[in-house]
Amino acid sequence: MNNRLSLFLKLPVLAAMIALAGCDPNAHNADTIKVGAIVELTGDMPAVGASSRNAAQLAVAEINGAGGIEIGGKTYKVELLIEDNAAKPDQSAAAANKLITQDEVVAIVGPNASLGAIPAAEIAEANQTLLVTPWSTNPKTTLNTTTGTPKKYVFRACFTDPFEGRVLARFIIDKLEAKTAAVLYDVASEAPKSQAELFRQTFEQLGGKVVAFEAYTTGDRDFSAQLTKIRSAKPDVLFLPSYYNDVGLISQQARRQGFDKTLIGSDAWSSPELVKLAKGAVEGAYFANHYAADSATPAAREFIAAYRQKYGKTPDDVAALTYDAMGLLFAALKAAPAPERQAVRDAMAGISGYPGVTGEIRFTPGSGDPVKSAVIMQVKGDQFSWVMNAAP
Amino acid sequence: MSEVSIYWLQQVLNALQLSSIYALIALGYSMVYGILTMINFAHGDVFMVGAFLCFLAATLLDLPFVPTLLLTMTGAALLGVLIERLAYKPLRNAPRVSAIITALGVGLFLENLTLAFYPYPQNVPTLIENINWDLGGVSLSSLQLIIISLSLTLMLVLDYVVQRTPVGMAMRAISWDKTYVPLMGVPVDLIISITFAIGAALAGAAGTMYALAYPVIDPYMGIMVGWKAFIAAVVGGIGNMRGAMIGAFILGGVEIMVVAVLPSTYRDLVVFSLLLALIVIRPHGILGQPRVQKV
Repeated sequence: MNNRLSLFLKLPVLAAMIALAGCDPNAHNADTIKVGAIVELTGDMPAVGASSRNAAQLAVAEINGAGGIEIGGKTYKVELLIEDNAAKPDQSAAAANKLITQDEVVAIVGPNASLGAIPAAEIAEANQTLLVTPWSTNPKTTLNTTTGTPKKYVFRACFTDPFEGRVLARFIIDKLEAKTAAVLYDVASEAPKSQAELFRQTFEQLGGKVVAFEAYTTGDRDFSAQLTKIRSAKPDVLFLPSYYNDVGLISQQARRQGFDKTLIGSDAWSSPELVKLAKGAVEGAYFANHYAADSATPAAREFIAAYRQKYGKTPDDVAALTYDAMGLLFAALKAAPAPERQAVRDAMAGISGYPGVTGEIRFTPGSGDPVKSAVIMQVKGDQFSWVMNAAP
Repeated sequence: MSEVSIYWLQQVLNALQLSSIYALIALGYSMVYGILTMINFAHGDVFMVGAFLCFLAATLLDLPFVPTLLLTMTGAALLGVLIERLAYKPLRNAPRVSAIITALGVGLFLENLTLAFYPYPQNVPTLIENINWDLGGVSLSSLQLIIISLSLTLMLVLDYVVQRTPVGMAMRAISWDKTYVPLMGVPVDLIISITFAIGAALAGAAGTMYALAYPVIDPYMGIMVGWKAFIAAVVGGIGNMRGAMIGAFILGGVEIMVVAVLPSTYRDLVVFSLLLALIVIRPHGILGQPRVQKV
């Protein structure tokens, strides 16, 4: 009896020891470089996370298929470790911590949404580990919040909110010849909030007038009161800097109230899910985006073809930006003298121009924000079609 | 009509739509409290399951609106009875805290069960063709009309059942006295089951209408809506059914009107402060009667 009992007690311990031996961090193949990815697989924007994961896996498969990366005369394979952050700030910070301290990755790609990218970037900066966010446009992601100077270890592959606000404000005034705009935004989400505020600022600087500036909170489903207020203010356009899932609800409720003015969106609209959720309510709407699949460069066409072949759909902008973030990271690894965190970060800062799928990416010295152009897209049927390019 | 009156009429319509959904859910809280003096915290999640049943009926079975609604209400009613029989009945004589904790557990179970099947938000198809009527500048949609009229009908039917039928009389009798009423031949277990079935069916109807009005649904959607409906029931006087309806219309009305007058950023702060003040002035709610603790 006693013996059997002690065996039962020992069994799990034994099993745990075997399991631990299997994933001993020092026992991993010395010829691989570990790269972490933090993506929004569950939560409010699963389409964003799925695109990002797909593109990261494609980039890694391609570089390993080509033999790997040569650093200091030695060839390494890339190993991708994917973490889900559930599109939440706390889980993003936890995922960054795990990748840095437990999995000992060389660098991290992601998170995509600013609400997760900002806390993850804080962790990366504190641990002196390179983090490249593909899609986070909020200025705070790459800025040190206490000093206001740029972070040293955080870079992004996309443009920033102030630029996007300027592009949209100019487009509305110059091309749509509209004078007044209304804004409805999520006051509890980082990117939409900063886009709304920066849009109002630049739109009014350019001579427009924001006649209604209304907010809601993450998780709200009823926007009828705000929309009635907006309708009675009679704006020429309505700017909705929300993620695609909220836009689906807001646009339908606006149309049901008889609001028939042009809707304007941010880059958070670009998921193909938007058209399904909005059921025609966003037809004809314009939004700013990072790239247009139908006006791409040869390098971009190659990526689009490979992505379509592997996943059976056209890559959205999150996919393209994740692919570029991975490309930037590989370029930095190639230029680094050794596959170590500090060396990779220094090599990243030294990249003067990278020909990405989403256009030329140039970093201004001392900053993790690239200088790059945006595109304006229009919703037509279930497609997004290219309208114009906007240079920085 | 002047622009100001158009604006206010439109906001009144918005408030009516939101309030009628709150009212249907609030009734379930109030009915169960009335009969068992227990707060059924799983009720918001029954509402969520209702929305998912509507989604399933509309996508898998391809049903139109009326059969979807009936199927959802039946499914939710069965769920309500099942929860009562399996989770609450064994605890009927246990301390009230045990029942409340069990209710919270049932709610978590329903959320995570749904999450296991649908980890991503789901998109509910359009079951009611969208028609917009322009009434002198005020815009009324077919969906709004159906939600408001259907909720009012259900509330009137319930009021009739509770006030005028033998079943309703039995419900009121049990909530008044649980010791002697069974001796008069009233089948207590059956009446309690009927109460749960009616409450859950109303939550199912609310779930259907919510899923059609706000067609992106997820397993956690019942939490916030459930809380708000619970607050509405408390404001109206929990245990009192007419009070639950009045409380829901006050809550929905205040929510919409605060946004209509003040910057929308302050909505929840103002709404909940006002309700708190109301509770301070009338601790038992608008129609609630103070209960005397019998020793």
